[in-house]
Amino acid sequence: MSAQDARTSDGTTAGQTESVALAPAQAIARKDSRQRWWRALLRHRTGMIGAVLLLLVVAAAALAPLLAPHDPTQVHFDTPFQRPGTVGFVLGTDNLGRDVLFRMLYGARASLEVGILAVVLSTVVGTPLGLAAGYWKSANAVISRVTDVALAFPFLIIAVGLAAIRGASLSNAVLALGIAHIPQMIRVVRGETLRLKSTDFVMAAVAMDASSVRIVSRHILPNCVSAIIVQATIIMPGAVLGEAVLSFLGLGIQPPMPSLGVMLSDAQQYMSQDAWLGVFPGALIAIICLSFNLFGDGLRDVLDPASHDRK
Amino acid sequence: MARYLLTRVGQSIVTIFLSSMVVFAGMRLLPGDPAVSLAGEEATPARIAAIRAEYGLDRPVWVQYATFLRNSLHGDFGRSLRTGTPVSELIRSTLPVTLWLAAYALLISVVVGLILGVVAERFRGRWPEWGANLVAMVGLSVPSFWLGLLAILFLSVDHHVFPASGYVPMMQDPARSLYHLTLPALVLALALAAVVMRQTRASMIATMQSDYVRTARAKGLRRGRVLVRYGLRNSLIVVVTIVGLQLGGLISGAVVTESIFGLPGFGKLTLNSVFSRDYPVVQAVVLLITVGYVLINLAVDALYSVINPRIRVAGAV
Repeated sequence: MSAQDARTSDGTTAGQTESVALAPAQAIARKDSRQRWWRALLRHRTGMIGAVLLLLVVAAAALAPLLAPHDPTQVHFDTPFQRPGTVGFVLGTDNLGRDVLFRMLYGARASLEVGILAVVLSTVVGTPLGLAAGYWKSANAVISRVTDVALAFPFLIIAVGLAAIRGASLSNAVLALGIAHIPQMIRVVRGETLRLKSTDFVMAAVAMDASSVRIVSRHILPNCVSAIIVQATIIMPGAVLGEAVLSFLGLGIQPPMPSLGVMLSDAQQYMSQDAWLGVFPGALIAIICLSFNLFGDGLRDVLDPASHDRK
Repeated sequence: MARYLLTRVGQSIVTIFLSSMVVFAGMRLLPGDPAVSLAGEEATPARIAAIRAEYGLDRPVWVQYATFLRNSLHGDFGRSLRTGTPVSELIRSTLPVTLWLAAYALLISVVVGLILGVVAERFRGRWPEWGANLVAMVGLSVPSFWLGLLAILFLSVDHHVFPASGYVPMMQDPARSLYHLTLPALVLALALAAVVMRQTRASMIATMQSDYVRTARAKGLRRGRVLVRYGLRNSLIVVVTIVGLQLGGLISGAVVTESIFGLPGFGKLTLNSVFSRDYPVVQAVVLLITVGYVLINLAVDALYSVINPRIRVAGAV
């Protein structure tokens, strides 16, 4: 998708001339800067490496049901501990004869699922609170205080508390990781809102007697989007790692459901003889996080050029 | 300065107060009758009644909260449901393990992070910077517990460089204690070292481009001297801040690390108490970590205002 966009932006100016006649000045400026972003992003080498890795991982996880011919939870007592490379088992089998590769594909799926849901949760809750805290002083007093309290709970403690109350599960992992990242999102959006509040175009809207709600939703929120996206790419690898940790400790996804963390926890007792059982799932977690980190860094450089030198 | 610190102390007290309410409310959110949950699954009605009286569950909620607060302040967190040991005793025996581990990891990550950050700035655009960046990227992406498993496998099981598990109290035999803690501390330090490195590098680059550094260089000061006297000193401010912000991660990481290396620490106590539904222990552990986190952040802020004069001015406004 990104390649296509860039191609149009590199093409003839005919389309642009047309839009000059039709679109208001603001839209052109927006389109122009968007094209510049895409081009800069495509030129960002490590960012693109991350993007390609990310596409591969997402595709593999999305196509898991097609790529894996049989159920990853299916136990085959006749073929335990097959070495990687054995015919029929590319990455070998575990102690119960389950195919390691297929379980990894489904595990990656679960990791991404938890990561995305946690990001959505923290964004959906954090963005309005951040906007309110940044725009209204009275809201700031309450929201910032609560944010401080929330920041005082490490995510593992939230997960521990939730597990004590509701029992360990995938939804608990999502809740714990989502809640844990809300304060960060609030802080980022609040900071952006504070900055935007003093810009000329917001002042102009205030002078034109636009309602506060309209200013926040029509003028401030759209300009916070890039900061929110960058923050989301920071939260995502953290959430993927967090899911693995929780599932590894038995506080997240429960066996026999495949999860990379569960696979590592299962592998722990067999690792001295069959190291591959632990090596592959961990490597996949690292690849997923690495791709998000690389892509996120690239995105940050492009969307926030000021951070480029100081990254 | 005094006013700034007073404000921060006030804020911290409010935060601790609110956190204690969250912990207290959490215990009341347990499904069903808290007395039944506290008593465990196979409790007799007499035991449930005893627990109800012990925890004052038959009294109004605000009285219960006040009692909870008073007992907590006195270090009385009740008794473990599993073993009957006072919770305070469990904490006293496990906390030092985690504190030593965390302090050791903190030291490693700050030293490694600072060195890598300075190297990355000093050799910008050349291979040492790429190397340092790569280490940081790996540190941020690789799950530390996986690295721990691999480290045990290769360094302990195959080559016997470090012990795979076990703990020797620091007071008993410091050298052997450190030897046992080295591998866990290295594993725990990795992610934090990556964050420290990135922030150090960013702050060094910003400092080295500033006007006063150009002035210092124009006066004839050597680059290496400027690097240490201006760049590094400014980076320390950043490092102190980061350490405060990353403590939560360090605490979470300690729980996992202790679980892998079989260290009898606070994290292990936390996990065991959750899995065995030992609610008084869970309550105490969560409260203690929260309070500790808030207090350390307060200390960080105090330290921050000492090494960075700008914050004193900003805080006074």
